[in-house]
This record gives sequence, C-alpha cells and structure tokens, in this order.
Amino acid sequence: MEWFRKAKQGLAAQEKRNIPEGLWTKCDSCGEIIYTKKIETLLWVCPNCNYHFRISSRKYVALLLDGGRLDEKDNELLSGDPLKFRDSKKYLDRLEQARQKADSYEGVIAGIGEMGGIPISFAIMDFSFIGGSMGSVVGEKIARAIERAINGPMPLVIVSCSGGARMQEGILSLMQMAKTSALLAELAKKNQPYISILTNPTTAGVMASYASLGDVIIAEPKALLGFAGPRVIQQTIGQDLPEGFQSSEFFLEKGFLDKIVDRKDLRDTTIKLLAYLGGKPA
Amino acid sequence: MDFERPIQELEKKISDMRDFSVGKSIELSGEIASLEQKLERLRTEIYSGLTRWQRVQLSRHPKRPHTLDYIKLIATDFIELHGDRGFADDKAMVGGLATIDGQQVMIVGQQKGRDTKQKLMRNFGMAHPEGYRKARRLFQLASRFHLPIVVLIDTPGAFPGIGAEERGQAEAIALNIQVMFTLKVPIVVVIIGEGASGGALGIGIGDRVLMMEYSWYSVISPEGCAAILWRDAAKAPEAAEALKPTADDLLALGIVDKIIPEPIGGAHNDPVQAAKIVKEEILNTLAELRPKPVDLLLDERLAKYRRMGEYHVL
Ligand SMILES: [Zn+2]
Repeated sequence: MEWFRKAKQGLAAQEKRNIPEGLWTKCDSCGEIIYTKKIETLLWVCPNCNYHFRISSRKYVALLLDGGRLDEKDNELLSGDPLKFRDSKKYLDRLEQARQKADSYEGVIAGIGEMGGIPISFAIMDFSFIGGSMGSVVGEKIARAIERAINGPMPLVIVSCSGGARMQEGILSLMQMAKTSALLAELAKKNQPYISILTNPTTAGVMASYASLGDVIIAEPKALLGFAGPRVIQQTIGQDLPEGFQSSEFFLEKGFLDKIVDRKDLRDTTIKLLAYLGGKPA
Repeated sequence: MDFERPIQELEKKISDMRDFSVGKSIELSGEIASLEQKLERLRTEIYSGLTRWQRVQLSRHPKRPHTLDYIKLIATDFIELHGDRGFADDKAMVGGLATIDGQQVMIVGQQKGRDTKQKLMRNFGMAHPEGYRKARRLFQLASRFHLPIVVLIDTPGAFPGIGAEERGQAEAIALNIQVMFTLKVPIVVVIIGEGASGGALGIGIGDRVLMMEYSWYSVISPEGCAAILWRDAAKAPEAAEALKPTADDLLALGIVDKIIPEPIGGAHNDPVQAAKIVKEEILNTLAELRPKPVDLLLDERLAKYRRMGEYHVL
C-alpha cells in the first residue's frame, strides 16, 4: 500500500480529520484502507477497529430523528463581535468564512423533532463551525432548546461536539456555561429527561456545563472527552499521558458516563431511554 | 513589576534622604516634601495608564493579598471546614463559617501560596475536582442553614492534570454551576485576583459579582489564548488586549455589577485598607440582598445570567 500512502500524503494536510472524499478512505485510528462506499454504509465507522469518524451534524439529524426531520429554530441568530476581537484574523472575517463553509449558520443546529414518535427538543453542535466552539449564539440556541423542553414540556436531547468556549467572545462565551446550566436546573424541576450524547471531541467549556449535566450521558466509542485538552495537561505535568486517557472508555471506567453506544445503535438506544424516562409519543 | 520601577527608585531616594538627614543639622524636609508630591503624581500617572497586560500582572503581584489574608482581615471569627467527604481535602480551595461585622456567613475561595512550599501545598490556587466538591458541600450547608455566601475568586484555572480528569473536573464544575442556581441564600462573589475560566466560574455564580480594580476575569488566561490563537505564549500582552479581561472591561460588558477600588498601586500596597473596602462592599451588598424573598432572589439570579450574551437577529 506504499503507493497509496504516498499519493495521499499531499491531500492529508487539507483533509485533516474530516470525512475524506475519494474512492478509498484511510482510518485515522488503525490506518486500515477502506472502500469509501463501504464505510458510508457503515455510518462512517471503521470495520477494523470501530473508530467513529466525525460526521456532519446534518448526518446526525438524518440518523437520529424520525424521518430525518427537524423543524429548525433560531437560525436567524447571528454572532456579534462584542470584543472587536482580532488575532491573526478579525473575528468577523472568521465568522464569515465559517458561515460559508460550515453545515450550520452558527455552531449548533436546534429545533423540534421526534424520536420513536416522541416529540423532543433537539440540538446538535456543528464542529465544522469554528470547532463547534460555544459563543453567545451557541449558548443562546442551547438555552432556547432547553426552554422549549421546559415549556413543552418535552424531553431534551443534545448531541455535543465542541472544543469548548469560543475565545473570541471572551467572558461572554464563559457566561454561556452559566446560562445553559441554570436552565437545566429549571428543566430538572419539570421531570423531563435530558439525554446528553457526547461525540468526538467534547471538551472544556461544553463538557464543564450542559454536556456533563444529562440525566443520562452516553458517548460514541473512542471520543476525546475531558475538561482540559491533552496538550495542555501534558505541558502542565511534563509527562506522557497514559494510553486511552480521556477517551469515552476512560470516562466510562472512571464513572462519568452511563454507556458507550455504537453509532448504529444511537437512535434505538436513545428512544429506549426516552421511553423509560417518561417520554410520551405524540 | 517592571512598570513600578520608577516608583521604587523615587521611594528609595526619599528614604535615603530621610536617613541622611537624621541627626544632622541639614534641613531637607522641604525637598523631601516636594519629592513626596512628585511620587504621588508618578503613582497616579503610572497606575492610571496601565495596559491590560500590566493589570493582569498586578493581579498576580507576589505580595497581593490572598483569600485567607482577606478572611483574616475582615472576619472576627473563622472556622475553616475541610474536605469533600469523598476523596480528599483540596488545599487550593478553602472555606468555612465566618463572622463579618456580627453577621454569620459562609466564605469560600481559592487559595494561593506565598512561598515555594505554600505554593506547592496550595497547588498555585488551581483546584482539583475535590476542591469544587468541597465548595459545593459548603454552599449547600450554607443554603440549609440560612447563611449568606461570600465567594472570593483567585485562580489561574482549575488544575489540568491526570488525577483531575480521572475524578471528573468537568462534571465537578458543571454541577457546581448548576447547583449555585438553586441555593436559597444571597451569594456575593468578589474577584480578588485572577478569574480564569471554568475554574473561576465553578464557584462564581452570584446575585452580585464584584471585581477588584486590578483583578481579571475571562474565558482563558492571556497566555493560554496567545498559545492557541497566536501559537506563541509570548504574545500574552496582545491576547490580554484582545480578551478585554479587566474590571473596567467586564463592567462595560455588563458581566459584573461593580468595581471595588483598590489603594493606589494595588491592594498589596495597603492590604489593611484594601480589606476594609472589600468588607464594606460585602456588607453593603448583603444588606441589599438579605431582605429579598427567596423566590425573588432565585428568579433574579436566573434572569441575570439568562440575559448574558451578545448576538443579533437576522
Ligand atoms: Zn480503524
């Protein structure tokens, strides 16, 4: 397979960890070369090592919700630039670029759908939009999703995928952790279940707020989960991190996850959980 | 601090002149007085023109008062309570029952060390999950026994380490944030030094949030931000400007309620006076919050944070 590796090297840099296009796909985890058509039928899961490729938020909508239907809400909310932030690029330019190439208008897609006939308030984070980072709009859309669950009342399902809070909005992004967690305390009073689904990666500000506050928390296999990023930890403690550190499996072992669920079973498992926890078909 | 050097030089000059004049017949008091006036002007000039990065540095001044220093100066009685009842007693997070001007309260805050040994013992003010769980236990104790809560924030962040992840740093912080919205007593938060990210917010939900003049509070430290966005931690001064983390910035952004002024040059120049001002602000704020019925207090607390964020509608 030497010829293949050489041919792919040029492309690898651009494609990063997103879904590769082309006839053949190389597994990020085990290196296995897989026929792309085949891996597509497997929901982008490696048949050799069960590595779950990152898929778009739209694919999750199709995979999880009845008929793949989501009545989307709050797409009219757009980020401002409260700090007039600029690093190598202006934040406003970064936003504009993200809007053009990402799946969503702003880091999260939210609305109302059904799972197994049970109406739910649903939100899924969009990693393709500045790493799924949480700024004011992501926080507001999650907050409104929680409020829809409170007012329904109906169950809440959030699929998280985020590197954390959005630095470019400074303190305002930090406060989204407070806003979302506060509303989840209100939802808890309504006895409506909140199922938190964690995908690769869910870390930092999102993990330290709503992602960790599910009544039931499930994760896809081998996702990177945690508070601090592995590089920061490595630099702080000055030693190598143990094998499998901060994976879904590690989190399950340490007691911070209810269950690891393969992508193909994600929909059925969530529907079952909702049914046990009082979700009622429409 | 570099920017304090002209002040230190002038101070030395004045004190040298004093020493020199002692026991001699030379009359220098006129000159000393004029130098002292000059010193006063220099101080005002330097401290009113600080950059954001210089203010961040002041928040970390080696002599700046820490949580236990303030507790000692503002409380007539303090019974420290230890442990999270599950794993350990985290010495980076302190708390206990205190009496301030005759009022019984619960005080909780991160604690930094002064010398090397203390710094290690306090883990530089970076708490582990057990620290956040200890804080939560004390918050809930206060809520049950009707003790208002005073939080003093001073942390470079929640600790990023193997044990911290194993014991659920993210869960500990998330749950603290959520639980703080259910506490049935007034909460006054004062950021006394560094307010770094989730490590600060994990004990930082308050009915009123006050910031000392030379403290900072943001989503990430300037160094952390520089390392990620500029790929160079040395760009921290630029990152500090961009993050807008100072007390003035946060007041303008509507995130904090009030700035607590510090003695000229910062709290470390006169810790007793600094503590006196902090104490008065805490007492005034408690007096304002105490009469509120619990339901109103909780509704307003939720509403305060529900509003936070800036966006526009297409
Ligand atoms: Zn594989």
